[in-house]
Amino acid sequence: MLKNSLGLRAGLLSVLIFVAIVGIWQVATMPTAASGPAMDPEYAKLVGAAAAAGSKSAMPTPADIGATIWKHLADPFYVRGSNDKGIGIQLAYSLGRVLLGFGLAAVVAIPLGFLIGMSPLVYRALDPFIQILKPVSPLAWMPLALYTIKDSAISSIFVIFICSIWPMLINTAFGVGSVRKEWLNVARTLEVGPFRTAFKVILPAAAPTIMTGMRISVGIAWLVIVAAEMLVGGTGIGYFVWNEWNNLSIANIVTAILLIGLVGLLLDQGLAYLAKLVTYPE
Amino acid sequence: MFKDPFDPKALLGRGGCSCGGNHAQADHARLTAAAVPAGEEDRWNRVVDAAVLRAVFPVDAQRRQFLKTVGAATAMAAISSVLPLGAAREAFAQGGAPEKKDLKVGFIPITCATPIIMAHPMGFYSKQGLNVEVVKTAGWAVIRDKSLAREYDASHMLSPMPLAISLGVGSNPVPWTMPAIENINGQAITLANKHKDKRNPKDWKGFRFAVPFDYSMHNYLLRYYVAEAGLDPDKDISIRSVPPPEMVANLRADNIDGYLGPDPFNQRAVFDGIGFIHLLTKELWDGHPCCAFTVSKEFATQNPNSYRALLKAIIDATAYAHKQENRKEIAKAIAPANYLNQPETVLEQILTGTYADGLGGVKKDPNRIDFDPFPWNQFAIWIMTQMKRWGQLKGDVDYAKVASEVYLATDTANMMKEMGLTPPDPSKKTIVVMGKPFDPAKPAEYVNSFAIKRS
Repeated sequence: MLKNSLGLRAGLLSVLIFVAIVGIWQVATMPTAASGPAMDPEYAKLVGAAAAAGSKSAMPTPADIGATIWKHLADPFYVRGSNDKGIGIQLAYSLGRVLLGFGLAAVVAIPLGFLIGMSPLVYRALDPFIQILKPVSPLAWMPLALYTIKDSAISSIFVIFICSIWPMLINTAFGVGSVRKEWLNVARTLEVGPFRTAFKVILPAAAPTIMTGMRISVGIAWLVIVAAEMLVGGTGIGYFVWNEWNNLSIANIVTAILLIGLVGLLLDQGLAYLAKLVTYPE
Repeated sequence: MFKDPFDPKALLGRGGCSCGGNHAQADHARLTAAAVPAGEEDRWNRVVDAAVLRAVFPVDAQRRQFLKTVGAATAMAAISSVLPLGAAREAFAQGGAPEKKDLKVGFIPITCATPIIMAHPMGFYSKQGLNVEVVKTAGWAVIRDKSLAREYDASHMLSPMPLAISLGVGSNPVPWTMPAIENINGQAITLANKHKDKRNPKDWKGFRFAVPFDYSMHNYLLRYYVAEAGLDPDKDISIRSVPPPEMVANLRADNIDGYLGPDPFNQRAVFDGIGFIHLLTKELWDGHPCCAFTVSKEFATQNPNSYRALLKAIIDATAYAHKQENRKEIAKAIAPANYLNQPETVLEQILTGTYADGLGGVKKDPNRIDFDPFPWNQFAIWIMTQMKRWGQLKGDVDYAKVASEVYLATDTANMMKEMGLTPPDPSKKTIVVMGKPFDPAKPAEYVNSFAIKRS
């Protein structure tokens, strides 16, 4: 009962905050009455409405944004040429790239993390490399990738791969390294083979930590894709943002921001659900 | 420029027309009236016929004798009975079959790329039997890397870029060629509205400027302009390389004081009430090159027919864009999100040259931007003198040799002749920048003649 009412109150507060933000935004972006000197009508016809009134073009109002979002959601899968596709298609391109890059990273990171976690020697030897490469921004990788791989599609997948590999690698190694010694000793006493130990004892024990690493990684991958696509262009939600930046269309950019956030949330929740499946009570 | 050699009334000298166009007065009516597709076929047919006649009668006197005796119509009929003229005409119009039909051409969404872009919606590529995909690209460094990676078969570049790539300045040296210029003029210096009373460049000390790329006419022209006013572009102002779409956003955020950039972003700053047009670059050098259509040497030699078809489409589209009366239609064709993604009125103001200047006035300059494909070698030499002047190019350069290897004036001239157009005389180009004449035969002296320079 108490929990319910807390949820209810939190929901209410969320709605209030939302209304307040939108309200302030609306007031702040309300078109002001023309204040500048009267413009030559011929001139006014050639410039935007704000410039004709003697000011800079303003931020769009929440109502403008709402209309733009509706326009995109009503027709998300149109194709009007190779450089103009619906927002649904762009999101699908980005998701495809993220899943590919992230999947490849998982395929490499989890076995490698296992290896590193099981051998303190390897862990120590590889640690400096991991620590140096981990904080590198995706945009720093991009020129190198384009130069060496010579293919922009593979380059953007590579950038996702290289940025999302580290949390999984470190978490897997950490999870494997911190499996309770008693469990390993029990397995050894029962003369369980090394492969069986790995799959039946270590993997289930480390699974929650590995899943946490994957969850961090997919978040990073989704952050990276927007930056990578803005740089490389062509397709994807990052390209959409860049293309609308070209047009200085803030309403379209805000739409894209909201959708990017929504998809990121869904990815995160999906992995959180998977993580729940592998947790165990101690 | 696009003279019909078979027209007895055509004046072959290179005088200018009173309309300001790059053609003779006598050609004005025809050039500004006839639509391309209709005139074209006739022109090509005449070229083929002439070639066949020349082949049948190698001695001109015999041809004239024969024609006089039987009449032109009978002669043609007689020849076509043994030689399928129709098929010859068709084969010529298509060139050889292109080795590669599906091509990718990269472009940056600016009005300089107009011929490359409009050739897609307006069917200039498909007329040559090509299936071209025009791919919007995020910036000059990316278009360079994608081109070097062979992802694009041809691409839109800034006219100094093929020189820089061939010379290995800013990248590994790869032989790159530029068979056609896209646009001449068409750039501007835009300043933030707060600098309305600082119109003299001498007052610009400490200004922060943006140009699209280090290897761009924009960079060289801005440096030239402020240096003429006595400012050192490396010490007294700062110039940074900013992708064109970000220029307006940066100007709005007061991150820069102005830029010498490509359109539509000069006009866009006016449209959004952020800046004003200080001057058009044509006021610095009327007829300067800006962007270019480029291919790697490898593509041109491996796919000669595709290359020729592509170049034909570009020359064709450039000729179409050159005509004032087509400009509104072009603005409409390239405005959608698939191409430039800009308000149509902005593009129309740029292409027609009737524009709001951002200071409350409406200006008219039909040559604000113009389109002329001929890759004068003198342009390349001037660009290299500026690369040298600002220290981008070290050591000795054989200016004329590099220019002729990269700017394929001969190729373009031959192609124009084949298409029945009259190429200009490649040696006759005068370049005057801000009142100072440039002698392409003496590039080193030119570099040395400047007071402010790095080398």
